[in-house]
Amino acid sequence: MDLILILEQTLNGVQLGMLLFLLTAGLTLVFGIMDLVNLAHGSLYMMGAYFFATFTRLTGSFLLGAVLALVATLILGIVVEIVALRRLYARDHLDHVLGTFGLILFFNEAARLVWGPAGMSIPLPPYLARAIEILPGVPYSAYKASIIVVGLAVAGFLYWLVGRTRIGMLIRAGASNREMVGALGVNIRLLFTLVFGLGAALAGLAGVMDAPIRTVQIGMGENILILAFVVVVIGGIGSIRGAFVASILVGLIDVMGRAFLPELLKLFMTPIAASTAAPAISSMLIYVAMAGVLVFRPEGLFPARGG
Amino acid sequence: MAEPLLTIDRLVKRFGGLTATDHLSLEVMPGEVHAVIGPNGAGKTTLIAQIAGELRADAGEIRFAGEDITRLPAPARSHRGLARSFQVTSLFADMTVEDNVALAVQAHDGHSFRFLADARRDARLRDPARAVLARVGLAERGQVRAAALSHGEQRQLEIALALATRPRLLLLDEPMAGMGAEESARMIERLRGIKSQVTIVLVEHDMDAVFALADRITVLVYGRAIATGRPDEIRRNAQVREAYLGDEQAAS
Amino acid sequence: MKSLDARGWTALALILLLVAVPPLARTFDQNFYLLLFTRVVIMTTAAISLNLILGYGGMVSFGHAMYVGIGAYAVGISSFHGLNDGWAQMALAMAVAAVAALAIGAMSLRTKGVYFIMITLAFAQMIYFVAVGLSRYGGDDGLTVKRRSDFGLFGLKDPAVLYYVALAVMLAALWLSWRMVNSRFGLVLRGAKSNDRRMAAIGFATYRYRLAGFVVAGTMCAVAGVLLANFSDFVSPATMHWTRSGDLIVMVVLGGMGSLFGPLFGTVAFLLLEEVLSGITEAWQIIFGPLLLALVLYARGGIDGLLAKRTERGDG
Repeated sequence: MDLILILEQTLNGVQLGMLLFLLTAGLTLVFGIMDLVNLAHGSLYMMGAYFFATFTRLTGSFLLGAVLALVATLILGIVVEIVALRRLYARDHLDHVLGTFGLILFFNEAARLVWGPAGMSIPLPPYLARAIEILPGVPYSAYKASIIVVGLAVAGFLYWLVGRTRIGMLIRAGASNREMVGALGVNIRLLFTLVFGLGAALAGLAGVMDAPIRTVQIGMGENILILAFVVVVIGGIGSIRGAFVASILVGLIDVMGRAFLPELLKLFMTPIAASTAAPAISSMLIYVAMAGVLVFRPEGLFPARGG
Repeated sequence: MAEPLLTIDRLVKRFGGLTATDHLSLEVMPGEVHAVIGPNGAGKTTLIAQIAGELRADAGEIRFAGEDITRLPAPARSHRGLARSFQVTSLFADMTVEDNVALAVQAHDGHSFRFLADARRDARLRDPARAVLARVGLAERGQVRAAALSHGEQRQLEIALALATRPRLLLLDEPMAGMGAEESARMIERLRGIKSQVTIVLVEHDMDAVFALADRITVLVYGRAIATGRPDEIRRNAQVREAYLGDEQAAS
Repeated sequence: MKSLDARGWTALALILLLVAVPPLARTFDQNFYLLLFTRVVIMTTAAISLNLILGYGGMVSFGHAMYVGIGAYAVGISSFHGLNDGWAQMALAMAVAAVAALAIGAMSLRTKGVYFIMITLAFAQMIYFVAVGLSRYGGDDGLTVKRRSDFGLFGLKDPAVLYYVALAVMLAALWLSWRMVNSRFGLVLRGAKSNDRRMAAIGFATYRYRLAGFVVAGTMCAVAGVLLANFSDFVSPATMHWTRSGDLIVMVVLGGMGSLFGPLFGTVAFLLLEEVLSGITEAWQIIFGPLLLALVLYARGGIDGLLAKRTERGDG
């Protein structure tokens, strides 16, 4: 097979993995620390993308639009936390699911009212729309490469934040012992709001970066949210490291499956049968991977806590 | 000399750096009430959980009625005749008292893949359940929701659930927890009634209860058994007095 | 027999009303209501099946619409290949659903809490994408059911017949669920929801019972799917979109979890609310979403809980 094609698809897989990581990091932080299942996390991703579309049009600047969209998603996340989610922390997971399901319906409909039912696309500025040579003779989209760079930077930032800072220490302590953190004189409500805001901003960042690649549309958050769930299950709930590894794994499996499975199946089947079966099978791959992990490691690859 | 009903042999359980059970050995003879006492953090509840099969021991062996049960899960141990009560009341709070006990009876009456017959009119479950309730003094309270019982009644139901499985060995984890003096006295009387029918391992803080009921006592300190003997021997044991009983004796 | 309380009366009145829907619709020439209530009755069956595991068993399955989809596709695909025998289609639907539920349940029930929610959701999504990938059967666009199921003695062509068949199925599901939750099996499910640790201590290995419940619920739900495909003459992946699974959970919780008639109350309320709200504004979900949040925050017992409270007050 074509080596350059394989390399390119590998990078595409990593790029999808980075987007998934941004989304999953927030999801798993919020779950690990507040014990909150937030289905509306995908809505924040969608809102980030819509904000981005609006702000780039208003300002005429790609970068400025991105920054404003991030700030807007952060604020939106904090508002949602204060108005609604804060009341759900003490409830059970079913309540979380229902309440945040309600939020999804709300956000989808709100987006339809504000931005209309048609999708929006965001053109890339020239400096990102071109291809760069990542290796001699191997061109790759500058924009997708930049997604990988940003994803790695965020991963490094989170690693530093959670592992090396006082805030990170509080976050880790808050996960295991709320009373203790409260006793230290830390405002746990504020801490939770900030963590949720951080998660929202990360989801917004994923939405912003994904927006130019796909169409900004209603419901875009939900499919990717379920992918993020698969990542969380594979990686282990509450673990940033697990989220990172599993994101890349899922990104690679998904992209490689779609790219190479039809060719692979043709080795065993008639071309017609292969082209019929390939889409169905390739869309199953990541779930099969999840099932495999579940059978052998029900707690995920990197269980964050014992018991 | 009879065979011990329960033999614990060099049992070890670690939680991270903490050794909750430290090469603990213990024998429980058929028919006796064997009390396990010790200061807070001595590992009594951890021991009960390992005997009942909720916690897997890191090393050592547990033999029950001649069979090695160290690796058996909790339900299988229940079917071999082990039953436990919980220190923190653990009931089916939203069911009636009778349903609670009947469920425990049902667990030992074949499989439960019976989908259509009304279990609430099943005499095979209800009759034994009512009999157990009568034994613990809850005969009048069968149709009350478990959550609506008083604390003392919940403690009685806690024991009824264990008894309903018709155990050969009953593990009681602080049956008097949270009870007033009067309630405790009544509970001691009830346990005295039960003790002729079943072997009991009793973990309890209430020393009056322990000395009133126990045939033998094992003293646990930091996961280790420092002494085992008849109540009067334990009372006289210098090491025990120093480690544990000393201040209580001084106070009384 | 105990005298009926408020919820008993409400349920009885509702069922009598449901029986009277076709003649009433014909008398007042309101065919629309016959169609609306056919949907209500079919979805109630699905909600009853979910209530078995969610309400009584405490298993928050977020993929239940998948079984509706499996039932619907069993009709769609077999009819596409010229097989219209209703009994065969029903058997196929239930068998496939049972196998799917067994496989998914066996894996997901090894986990607890939020894992279970995410895994059931993910597997349902997988089946959804499989349906999207079935290009031979219309893929994303779905597949028209050209002939409705034929049950020999009766067909489902006549809307009133379809309605009464769906109603009979719903009542059968209700009866079955009533028997089951009061049986030995049902009490084990309830016990596992209430206190699984205690269940282990008294000698129950609950995994196999919860798995059996999961399979029964999925199989029962597939019957609703068979009816739904006949009702809409059409099957598509949208039937098992994850939001449909969310809707089913809402129906169960809105009606009152773990209560016999809860799914009936909840489905009626949900579909009527949808009808009314969408009559007010096309963007009805902008009202419904926050309403749902409010339900979670302030009315946990659902409709059944409200009715029960009324009864208690009346007695006291």
